[in-house]
Amino acid sequence: MDANTWKLIMTGATIALGGAVPALAIGLITAKAVEAMGRNPEAASDVRTSMILGMAFAEAIAIYSLVIALIIKFV
Amino acid sequence: MLHISLAAEPIAHIGSFPITNSLALTWLVMALLIWASVAVSRNIKLIPSGFQSIMEVLIDGLYTFFESVVGHQVKMLFPLIASLFLFILVSNWIGLVPGVGTVGFFHHKEQVSEIAVPNETHEEELVVTEHVEENVEAAAAETESEVEFVPLFRGPTADLNTTIALALVAFAAIQYFGFKILGKKYTARFVNFKNPIMGFVGLLELVSDVSKVISFAFRLFGNVFAGEVLLSVMAFLMPFIAPMPFLALELFVGFIQALVFSTLTAVFVNVAASHEG
Repeated sequence: MDANTWKLIMTGATIALGGAVPALAIGLITAKAVEAMGRNPEAASDVRTSMILGMAFAEAIAIYSLVIALIIKFV
Repeated sequence: MLHISLAAEPIAHIGSFPITNSLALTWLVMALLIWASVAVSRNIKLIPSGFQSIMEVLIDGLYTFFESVVGHQVKMLFPLIASLFLFILVSNWIGLVPGVGTVGFFHHKEQVSEIAVPNETHEEELVVTEHVEENVEAAAAETESEVEFVPLFRGPTADLNTTIALALVAFAAIQYFGFKILGKKYTARFVNFKNPIMGFVGLLELVSDVSKVISFAFRLFGNVFAGEVLLSVMAFLMPFIAPMPFLALELFVGFIQALVFSTLTAVFVNVAASHEG
């Protein structure tokens, strides 16, 4: 296989792997946060803030892999 | 063919200083924000009406939210983090306005060859065209690759330079407020000879603070740029109804990213200021 084929394969593999794991992390974070909000509705706003922050951290990993994939694809 | 460029393209030059399309829109965002703040604060009334009451709701909502995040330090931090929030929010949303990224002009590639547009594709196309038997098609492909579409505007935060600048502002603010709140004691966060473990933790803090710049910049740039790519791919696949939900998603993402950027700045300042060493 030539370099261009490898480039395409690695672009797909990078974003597939780098998207799957943060997706799982975001799902776990949301599940736990919703559970906490259900148990203690008064703390819902605090939980929501921490949830969004945690999701941002988890999502950052997916974004890193996206940037890497874009660099592989276009540069 | 889809037009996706990782870097912002220059649309004009002042001397040797290139004015990129994202810089033009950054100036527009700045003008918009300055106009809004001047228009609101020039004649503040006790009983607000119209524009003033809208802005009061916005600022008050932001203030209460940041107060719940950082506590009593909100008074000192609010000007910075609210400005960051508003600038990023308006930048993200102005990049979604129809016409931004689609209205532009065609440019010959030779004249813009010094910017980040990769030249390999051009050369490869030439190599490919040598193998093609029909000379007419080859000539058509060649002329097509020489003409480059340059959009007149590009979302400010879809340019890595803007987001790195914002990340450096956030980084400087973290250090500045750390020194302002803790004074000389703040250096103990990085350089600590009390015991070996604290010394090592100081080293880790140093690395993590530098990596914050990278993480801030790439998070914002990645989200906004990925949104633009997603929207253009969707419009390419099915131009009429399909992109609408994604446009709504991008509005939401733009808001969340502005919130995340300013909240993380506030939280990191809080962490740096509450350090005991």
